[in-house]
Amino acid sequence: MAKERKKIDFKKLEELPPMVMSLRSMAANPTGSWRNLKPVIDASQCIQCTICWKFCPDAAIDWVDDNPLVNLDFCKGCGICAEECPKKCIVMVKEGK
Amino acid sequence: MKKVMMGNHAISHGATLARVQVIAAYPITPQTQVVELLSEIVADGKLKAEFIKVESEHSAMAACIGASSAGARAFTATSAQGLALMHELLHWAAGARLPIVMADINRAMAPPWTIWTDQNDSLSQRDTGWMQIYCQSNQEVLDSVIMAYKVAEKVLMPIMIVLDAFSLSHTYEIVDLPDQALVDKYLPPFDYKYKLDVKNPHTYGGLTTPDWYMEFRVKMHEAMDQALVEIKKEAGEFEKIFGRRYDTVDPYLVEDAETVLVTSGTAASTARFTVDQLRAQGKKVGNLRMRVLRPFPFADVREQLKNAKKVIVIDRNISYGYHGIWAQEVKSALYGHSKVPVFNFIAGLGGRDIFPETIADIVALVDKKKKPDQELYWVEVKR
Amino acid sequence: MKPTLPLEELMSPGHLACQGCGAGIAMRVTLKALGQDTIFTFPACCWTVIDGPFPYSCLEVPLLHMAFEATAATASGIKAAMDALGKSKTTICGWAGDGGTFDIGLQALSGAAERNDDIFYFCYDNEAYMNTGIQRSGATPYGAWTTTTPVKHFKKEAKKSIDDIVAAHKVPYQATASVAYPEDLFKKLVKAKDIRGFKFIHIISPCPPGWKARPEDTVKLARLAVQTGIYPIYEVDGGKYVQTMKTPNRKPVLDYLKLQGRFKHLKESDVADIQKMVDTRYAELEKRFSEK
Repeated sequence: MAKERKKIDFKKLEELPPMVMSLRSMAANPTGSWRNLKPVIDASQCIQCTICWKFCPDAAIDWVDDNPLVNLDFCKGCGICAEECPKKCIVMVKEGK
Repeated sequence: MKKVMMGNHAISHGATLARVQVIAAYPITPQTQVVELLSEIVADGKLKAEFIKVESEHSAMAACIGASSAGARAFTATSAQGLALMHELLHWAAGARLPIVMADINRAMAPPWTIWTDQNDSLSQRDTGWMQIYCQSNQEVLDSVIMAYKVAEKVLMPIMIVLDAFSLSHTYEIVDLPDQALVDKYLPPFDYKYKLDVKNPHTYGGLTTPDWYMEFRVKMHEAMDQALVEIKKEAGEFEKIFGRRYDTVDPYLVEDAETVLVTSGTAASTARFTVDQLRAQGKKVGNLRMRVLRPFPFADVREQLKNAKKVIVIDRNISYGYHGIWAQEVKSALYGHSKVPVFNFIAGLGGRDIFPETIADIVALVDKKKKPDQELYWVEVKR
Repeated sequence: MKPTLPLEELMSPGHLACQGCGAGIAMRVTLKALGQDTIFTFPACCWTVIDGPFPYSCLEVPLLHMAFEATAATASGIKAAMDALGKSKTTICGWAGDGGTFDIGLQALSGAAERNDDIFYFCYDNEAYMNTGIQRSGATPYGAWTTTTPVKHFKKEAKKSIDDIVAAHKVPYQATASVAYPEDLFKKLVKAKDIRGFKFIHIISPCPPGWKARPEDTVKLARLAVQTGIYPIYEVDGGKYVQTMKTPNRKPVLDYLKLQGRFKHLKESDVADIQKMVDTRYAELEKRFSEK
């Protein structure tokens, strides 16, 4: 399915398929605005254990070049990554600060 | 090849000739022979299909929905309580736009327990989005199953083939079993554009907000309108290959008839026998057999009843506190188009026989009346 | 360190699960194990919403939404079609919550298990009807608050033992799993994928709003569920029970209960009762684990 970030904007009935079906990924739906707290990773302390990446319910931590990278477009700020980090090098910081 | 067979086996042969790929069914009297023969045909390898012997009718329809969504031609058969148990998933099959074909053997609803025929089981599924075709002979049953897949797969809506318990399901008649090659020529393999496909993955039937839900309902309705066109077209296509014609309605001596008896299912054969007798007495009576309930053939009904002075609808069903269901449909079609009085008779519930005399008595009663003086008339009720 | 699970994601971000949803982790890991050649069917459950509204989906595999009680039968139908169409290799999965499994979908589940249909049946278990707003289900444990078992009348019945019900069908493979142990779940699925016949996977998936727990505690709770022996994780492979996460020094159940508001009302004696129930059940399972 198309992973385009843009939402689909139907105008009229004729554009619809015969039945309800998905035409695009939910990657078109940034959920970052749900967040009150955002995870901030202290890269200097990180041991690349992958635990934060593995437990993210939102697949919002990418594993890039052997390092975790929080995708703030989607992170809902649940805090599992910070809670599970064995080095305690992820802190949850209030949004807007 | 001509064979003598029961109505239930005509269904099994129809499904076999249509090369159904997945069958999921649960036994219920009077449907059992349909699935017994099919299970034998599949087990013998005469039909390349998967037969899932499910644990309920609800699961039968669920399995058909799964199978059809995955792109297989799916089939099931049931009756009465079984059909009622499927009710939720009848809506689902139609809403998901799946061309499933099902045979329903009309059996009256319990309580009290009964196994004999009337139409309340199928007619109370009227608004689920299923096409419904009512048959009067075993030949028509077999042919209708084949035609059903053609129409259903064109418009992506499911079809129910309906026949009376015992008076058709267990009655043996001569049936012309068409050649497989001819059926293959008529009915191409099912190629479903919207199937569950790992190479082209989509989600089907997900949450839909008020923004678009209604538009999908419009599409279903338009598919039904299109189905009416297709049914009429297929009447001709089927006739070209097989020499038998099935339209939305089936008129008999209607053109000059002053009184038209509107019936459905096997009661039509009895009505025609009576029509012949009354004609011999010089009475201008005709019969209009209703074949398709949904999509409702408004234009055909209006056309066939345009010369009638009186219309009698014999319903083997009842909408408690209202009319018989076919009477509602016919009256609604005529309203604003015709002033012909419509007399509604309720007969033959729970498998009580409708005899030629029963119908002659109905006509005699109507002869004495200018217009109906009751909303409906109960026939041969012991009071 | 190398990631312990494949990097490929078949679940996109942007889905509609609540913050800290255990079922999100369960699906993500399941997809990593089963891969692209997989078809799902969901009944009514949290995932009906999580997947996203028309015209979107967060899954990169085909999915058929279906009615509440129909998961197993629908999966059987899809499987039959794939067999009929010569696509038998594709993995077919029913994916249901605890209500759709323990309660309304039990008949269809039993039917498919008895027929030994070649499908996966997943139950992500958050121990109540969470999608409708936290009503008790047959999976809700003794002592829990839900909106239909209010604090003064907390649930007095024990959780239904769905695993034993499935085991009574003698299916080729079944397992319990916890979202706190993704590698364990992954390993079980990779193994089960090659087993023909009915496979039942029961995953404990904490629900922060329904359990009145902090979203960051989801993994911790799923781990404590195992470590306390409340939810032992094991597999039954061809009838043989194997505990896949050993817990020689079980933690007291209170460690698990006290992190959840749904158990806040429990008195010491209630907690003692729960401890006793868990001990009894655990001993019963240990016997099976030790059988040769």
